Amino acid sequence: MIADAIAADYRRLRRRRLLVLAGLACAVVLMLLVDVLTGPSALTVAQVFSGLVDPGQLRAAERVILWEVRLPTALLALLVGIALAIAGAEMQTILANPLAEPFTLGISSSAALGASLVIVLDIGVPGVPPIWLVSANAFVFALGSMLLIQLLVRVRGADAQTLVLFGIAIGFTAGALLSLVQFVASEDALQQLVFWSMGSLARADWVGVAGLALIVLLAGAASLRSAADLTALRLGDERARSFGVDVVRLRFMALIRVSLLAASAVALVGTIGFVGLVGPHVARMLIGEDQRFAIPASLLVGAMMMVAASLVSKSLSPGELLPVGVMTALIGLPWFIMLVLRRGGRR
Amino acid sequence: MSATARPPKGAATLQVRSLRAGYRGTTVIENLSLPDCRPGELVALVGPNAAGKSTLLRAIAHLIRASGTVRLGHEDLLAMTPAERARRVGFMPQLGDHDLQLSVLESVLSALQAGAGWGTDPLPAAIAVLEKLGIGALAMRELGALSGGQRLLAGLAQAIARDAPVLLLDEPTSALDLAHQWQVMAAVRRLADGGRIVIAVLHDLALAARWADRLIVLTSGRLVAAGPAADILSPALLAAVYGIRAAVVPDGAGGVFVRVDGLVETDIDAPARLST
Repeated sequence: MIADAIAADYRRLRRRRLLVLAGLACAVVLMLLVDVLTGPSALTVAQVFSGLVDPGQLRAAERVILWEVRLPTALLALLVGIALAIAGAEMQTILANPLAEPFTLGISSSAALGASLVIVLDIGVPGVPPIWLVSANAFVFALGSMLLIQLLVRVRGADAQTLVLFGIAIGFTAGALLSLVQFVASEDALQQLVFWSMGSLARADWVGVAGLALIVLLAGAASLRSAADLTALRLGDERARSFGVDVVRLRFMALIRVSLLAASAVALVGTIGFVGLVGPHVARMLIGEDQRFAIPASLLVGAMMMVAASLVSKSLSPGELLPVGVMTALIGLPWFIMLVLRRGGRR
Repeated sequence: MSATARPPKGAATLQVRSLRAGYRGTTVIENLSLPDCRPGELVALVGPNAAGKSTLLRAIAHLIRASGTVRLGHEDLLAMTPAERARRVGFMPQLGDHDLQLSVLESVLSALQAGAGWGTDPLPAAIAVLEKLGIGALAMRELGALSGGQRLLAGLAQAIARDAPVLLLDEPTSALDLAHQWQVMAAVRRLADGGRIVIAVLHDLALAARWADRLIVLTSGRLVAAGPAADILSPALLAAVYGIRAAVVPDGAGGVFVRVDGLVETDIDAPARLST
């Protein structure tokens, strides 16, 4: 019976995909452990494990290293990777563009503008750590740029091309304003600004980790709920609409999720390139376009890339945390070239 | 199995009255009324480029702004939610250039699952759709790896996945060779014979005459003629609609051949062509 054979084939495919997902998840957990074990101060494996289970066993200095430095840094890397990869996967789907990424619509330039204003104008609120203020304003500006795009979309319609055009316009405007701010900035402020925009995990703390975890959880659950509709959108706007998908609403909600994820990631660690672009591509290669599998695979691949970048950034020059944004770009580049070559080969 | 069990395929006719439709800033169709379409009928929508054929299909499926009356029986198709409409109207857009890593089966599953969430297992229904079109062998092939004809059948499978009583097809045979044209039109004919209302935009008048019960001829968003091909296709109509000089020849099998002899409007090249 042909029907039974097809059903068996499909179930086999689905099992294989679940295995791939399980494998990726194991790899992420393993790399996260290695990341926590790695660092300039010599904590033994035994110390780390016992310290994770019962922090009271460690001496104060070791406890601080493990619980205030290594764990938040590793978890922030993980969460940022997840956030950027989900945002990238959704962006590529709603813009119907394989080269889209979380920052395609100018989110990172807007965030940088927000951060620069706080740094350069030296704005301070008594009792609030300055770095929080920088992050908060970056978040506000990133979100603001997305709201502006949403507003324009309301007026002009939400097709992919219009969105990209608005995004480019906003990105350039924010970039120009950023240049202006840099032009008037003091040397000291300029240095801070450049450091901020390079992307760093050094600012990790538990408040940031908890906040990002919450956003990742909410946005991730929402995109998984829309996964079937997003798959339909891969087939084209008209198809999706004829299947009963409210395409305008789907794009609107996806854009809100992308904004929240990308804005909070960029606010916490600065601009991180390539994860949101390459993660979803690698996931699709491994698992296909069914978004119910592609989104989880994307977030796992993104997490892996980010944790790997975190590892490399502290291993290259011991004692120093190199900007992780630089690392993702350097690690991502070979992937990206391979991807382009593969695409070329199939034509 | 599911083909007969599902509502609401049945006796309801499709009525289009005083339809107005278009895109942002332009109105393509204004005050257009069509003869009612009955279940079991395959209607070919023909006319020159920019006549509003595709716009009409999109308006009936409410994929673009449309006002007026589009009813299936007593139900107002324009007043429904997209999800409600998807159960009544299937739509196949013109063949796009997909390079997707999505199998044919997954694309049909997607048509069934979109808007329905996680709780359903539409696998048996999706497989039944592929078998109905005789493309079970393509189930696990990726859309990006299919030939034009295969892709078209895969698109048809997505459009009929929900077993809607109305099926709208935008140029289902363009860019297909003769064998694939036959394969697709035979499949479309069977779908109509199964009790659906099928409206297909066709450019090939011979194909329309061979397979469709009726032709609806549009030009500039207006209805020019409607009826069986043998009744309405005439040299005068073809001259008026397409601007061609043509002969309409009965093919002896109930259909017609259209032989094009030239353009009506004389241009500089015309005398040379006429003299041969």
